[in-house]
Amino acid sequence: MSDQLLNLTLHVWRQDGPTDNGHFETYQAKDITTHMSFLEMLDVINEDLIEDGKTPIAFDHDCREGICGACGMVINGRPHGPQRLTTTCQLHMRQFSDGDELWIEPWRASGFPIVRDLCVDRSAFDRIIQAGGYVSVNTGAAREANEIPVGKLDADLAMDAAACIGCGACVAACPNASAVLFTSAKIGQLAMLPHGQPERQDRVRKMVAQMDAEGFGSCTNHEECEAACPKGISVNWIGKMNRELIAAMATAKDEVEVRGK
Amino acid sequence: MELRSNEPSGPIEQRWTEHKAHSKLVAPNNRRAYNLIVIGSGLAGGAAAASLGELGYRVKCFCFQDSPRRAHSIAAQGGINAAKNYKNDGDSVFRLFYDTIKGGDFRSRESNTWRLAELSVNIIDQAVAQGVPFAREYGGLLANRSFGGAQVSRTFYARGQTGQQLLLGAYQALSRQIEAGSVTMFPRTEMLELIVHDGAARGIVTRDLITGKLDTHIADAVILCSGGYGNVFYLSTNAKGSNCTAIWRAHRQGAAFANPCYTQIHPTCIPQAGTYQSKLTLMSESLRNDGRVWVPRKKEDVDKRPEDIPAKDRYYYLEERYPAFGNLVPRDVASRNALYVCNDGLGVGPEVDGQRRGVYLDFKDAIQRLGEDVIRDRYGNLFEMYERITGENPYKTPMRIYPATHYTMGGLWVDYNLQTTIPGLFAGGEANFSDHGANRLGASALMQGLADGYFVLPFTIGNYLGTVRKLPPLADDHPDVKRAVAAVEARVDKLLNAPDPKHAPEYFHRKLGGIIWHKCGMARTREGLQEAIEEIPKLREQFWREVKVTGSGEELNQTLERAGRVADFFELGQLMCIDALNREESCGCHFREEYQRDGEAARDDEHFQHVSAWEWSGDPEAPTLHKEPLEFEYVKPSTRNYK
Repeated sequence: MSDQLLNLTLHVWRQDGPTDNGHFETYQAKDITTHMSFLEMLDVINEDLIEDGKTPIAFDHDCREGICGACGMVINGRPHGPQRLTTTCQLHMRQFSDGDELWIEPWRASGFPIVRDLCVDRSAFDRIIQAGGYVSVNTGAAREANEIPVGKLDADLAMDAAACIGCGACVAACPNASAVLFTSAKIGQLAMLPHGQPERQDRVRKMVAQMDAEGFGSCTNHEECEAACPKGISVNWIGKMNRELIAAMATAKDEVEVRGK
Repeated sequence: MELRSNEPSGPIEQRWTEHKAHSKLVAPNNRRAYNLIVIGSGLAGGAAAASLGELGYRVKCFCFQDSPRRAHSIAAQGGINAAKNYKNDGDSVFRLFYDTIKGGDFRSRESNTWRLAELSVNIIDQAVAQGVPFAREYGGLLANRSFGGAQVSRTFYARGQTGQQLLLGAYQALSRQIEAGSVTMFPRTEMLELIVHDGAARGIVTRDLITGKLDTHIADAVILCSGGYGNVFYLSTNAKGSNCTAIWRAHRQGAAFANPCYTQIHPTCIPQAGTYQSKLTLMSESLRNDGRVWVPRKKEDVDKRPEDIPAKDRYYYLEERYPAFGNLVPRDVASRNALYVCNDGLGVGPEVDGQRRGVYLDFKDAIQRLGEDVIRDRYGNLFEMYERITGENPYKTPMRIYPATHYTMGGLWVDYNLQTTIPGLFAGGEANFSDHGANRLGASALMQGLADGYFVLPFTIGNYLGTVRKLPPLADDHPDVKRAVAAVEARVDKLLNAPDPKHAPEYFHRKLGGIIWHKCGMARTREGLQEAIEEIPKLREQFWREVKVTGSGEELNQTLERAGRVADFFELGQLMCIDALNREESCGCHFREEYQRDGEAARDDEHFQHVSAWEWSGDPEAPTLHKEPLEFEYVKPSTRNYK
């Protein structure tokens, strides 16, 4: 592995809190090896800031192996940066060149208020799941697992949808800040499985209503979400969700209550 | 301190059933009168909070992440064991129990381990009913694979994301209870102190990580499912935020800490690339099924391109040293041998701190034998991950691997009810020491987290509450509560105002990790441990003098969060080394150089067939040891041999 050192100019969004105006602050990242991850580069900047008595850049991250969904920032206009199917934590500096100028911003969407710097509040995603993104089965009430067969293709498709990590890049990428890719993936996963059938119609109506109540925009088929998704969730799930919704509304026996924000 | 395991007696297969039959219950209409606190939202915590909420208790669940869905259980790749015997290959509850006891090198409690094996089948049923998309056969039934050297196929999996899918199942069950109002979720909230009143755990002090506000939460019982302490090594496969603060605060309040020196090192991780490295990434050890491990035979070859080193100059050290098992020797043996060849100067890859720490894992022969397509089919996603991180293509050049800390078998001491030595304080999942002994088998961490969370804790908590009945109310201004809050305030203040602030918390964490990794890692010696025991207090003192935390306590301050966690790692790291020094034998993942027979770990059942449970004495350098003897009625202790 050959080492190459990069010198980069970073323009990082700094914002003290949700009501602060925020601004770009410029930092020089010096002698960054190409084997560093993007977040490790920010760690280096932050450690220097702390030693200089300054406030480090706040950003969310945890597993650093691309699965927890905590990290995420817009790098030069692209959620999670330039590499496809890659979260920010898995992005490595060899994707950049010496002298590059990088603009680093938080997810921007009214459904995701900024907490500080690059951290945003994604609790709207939790509330969408709480609205119905589950099978109502109490612990202990399950039957023997192999009693209900699930065709391999259906199981594989359900897994494709279930791979979503809830990072929010789909919302950040969408010109309308729509959350349909996230919402449709969970609806689609559970609609593919026999265990999800009893609540299927209720689920889609409740989750879509909650998604709308959270202030996310509508889908106008830009498909930027799929391009930005680090797990490659397909926009086909959005079509599936729309079909589910139409079917559910056509046969609805009651009104859906939306709890709102 | 008295260690009573409270194990039921009688035939082992009847113990859990009998225990349930004779325990106290809380009637459905009374459950709403009880407040419970769950720390952590991973497999154990998420499952426990959801299940307790379903039962009708009033539950508060806390996690430091921005959402309960991000707990580090999510990163588990391989799978989950269950004794379903769907493959008709002779599996049974007994066999899973037997394998777990033997894998733990006869250092776990038989009754607990049996229960784990027994509950494994219920976990799969529950997860499937929740909509967890496990891999399936064409006939629609669940698929299984053999994992980690097991002789039966009992591992259920969801591609390479089994932990993610099981966690999302628990998260969705938890979300349903949040919606129903039985569970209140507190994300971005960290537990910083345990409130003990009248000898029982009665609440916690938390810090809101966004506003910095300290709060108290009073409850009838507190359940810690806050994960393991692998980040004491600084570099590990744990998430950056994984920490020991909840269990360590509980330990300081009187909960015994068991077997802290039992830490598992995983042999197939991507090596460290530089001193800036923030974490290590694990790759499934299934890679060893087809990859051959080697290093150059000659020191002068270590910086050559591996392709340029002829076969005669390659040292396939596992195949040579362990002809029967070869590259498939157990995790600890593979790890230790990688350490030895690197210590001998034969390591490959970049020099970090003057040493090359890596060995080759070569797929060339497998690609020649099976074709690139077969290898891509088996390991494609792992090869992609490797290339993304290292920039090297493992189809063309051998992977480089090195061991990394992965899991901690030690944790808070718990009895059969998963209750710690503090009444009303329970611990589940990786946070407790139960079930795995001195070494954990592959695909059994998910099993234990979910067994504890779904099936054990919801029941044993009821037994506790039914026994103590209604506890007297505890006011927020009671001296015991105020004392706990004052302790947290003082600590935060101390972290923010070190007398001679110089370095960020990471600076100290890296140094601590270096000491622990080199002296209390894969191979331990008396001298090394004694040195560590001398060095850690000096570094800890320097930390408190020189740690630099900018900003204030009344805002989102990630440096402050880290500083508090590092402070606790210092004390825990000390205890680990003391425990490792005290345990004068080699067992499971604890390998003491002095105690080996023909190069293999030499267990000393006569003197060390016990759990070492340490009591906090007020001085991190002088904890008090208590022993829980272990008895083996069903599996006779035997010695491993992989030659």
